[in-house]
Amino acid sequence: MKNQKISWLAKAVYAAAAILAVAPTANAMHIMEGYLPPVFCIAWGIVCLPFLVFGFRSLNRRVQENRRSITLIAMAGAFVFVLSSLKIPSVTGSCSHMTGTGLGAILFGPCAVSVLGIIVLIFQAVLLAHGGLTTLGANCFSMAIAGPILSWLIYKGLSKTRINRRITVFLAASLGDLFTYCVTSVQLALAYPSAQGGVTASAVKFLGIFAPTQLPLAVIEGILTVVVVIALESFAKSELKAIDFEIEEEKE
Amino acid sequence: MSAKNKKTILLLLVAAVLLAVVPFFAKKGAEFGGSDDAGSVMVEEIKGEAYEPWFTPVIESLTGSELPGEIESLIFCVQTGIGVGVIAFLMGRFYERKKWEDKEEEKK
Repeated sequence: MKNQKISWLAKAVYAAAAILAVAPTANAMHIMEGYLPPVFCIAWGIVCLPFLVFGFRSLNRRVQENRRSITLIAMAGAFVFVLSSLKIPSVTGSCSHMTGTGLGAILFGPCAVSVLGIIVLIFQAVLLAHGGLTTLGANCFSMAIAGPILSWLIYKGLSKTRINRRITVFLAASLGDLFTYCVTSVQLALAYPSAQGGVTASAVKFLGIFAPTQLPLAVIEGILTVVVVIALESFAKSELKAIDFEIEEEKE
Repeated sequence: MSAKNKKTILLLLVAAVLLAVVPFFAKKGAEFGGSDDAGSVMVEEIKGEAYEPWFTPVIESLTGSELPGEIESLIFCVQTGIGVGVIAFLMGRFYERKKWEDKEEEKK
């Protein structure tokens, strides 16, 4: 039953994406090095700081409470590593990559993920010239803070309803992924408002590049996050209990 | 892990792979290029003039050239490898532990 629901959902989203496939060829990615004016770089950096400090503390607390939490933190971090390294072809005829931050947000909350996310962003900015050190603040905000916050809100919100938990996880992860690129568009638009229409028109333009490419990838991210959560629920019950993660009991 | 969960995971993985592979075949002529340019092209379109980034990526100023494609894919692979290594190691441990725990329970 659940499988059918999820694959039906995937099909629907995929069909919607296919209709949008006329969008221009583009890559939805992080904001590149040197592409934001210095004022914006500093501003986004300052916005990120409290999240990072709070996130670092919350991770520390988790580990002190229960040393075994390290395994799940490592798992969430590794998930971000893998997913943000895979550039995947999309319906628009260009590639983009996922964020992988949804899993961490669901397990540890959005602040903790900001720490995991910035590690990956620094890795990519320094070694891959992908994203950038000057745009680190802006990219950290979109991928490691804004997206995870939405994932976390969706997860917490829907957990209280009777919606199937796997669908909840799916929605949290995939919409968080999509939201990341919406925030990126707004960030670019704020720095580069259109001559006509200002920030809004500019945001729509950037969104037009990013959103259609990212849509199917967001679905993939949702699916993969569900897979990992199922695996963890089956094999890492004690760790999940240690971080107060509600486990869906298997009915054999 | 129950048989039902196994089936769910299998189906989900197949769906994920299809979502990634189908566009590649469906849009044969497309470049799927590493066009980090798209964003910058849009910036130039909006500004109406060429934009010169005010900061060069560290690795490019160190080597004095753009990162070669092969090296880039190498480092991307390293990134994937680190992630997969950690996940596989931990999952392997969890898996074996579960087996061991189940056996202990049977003994009781």
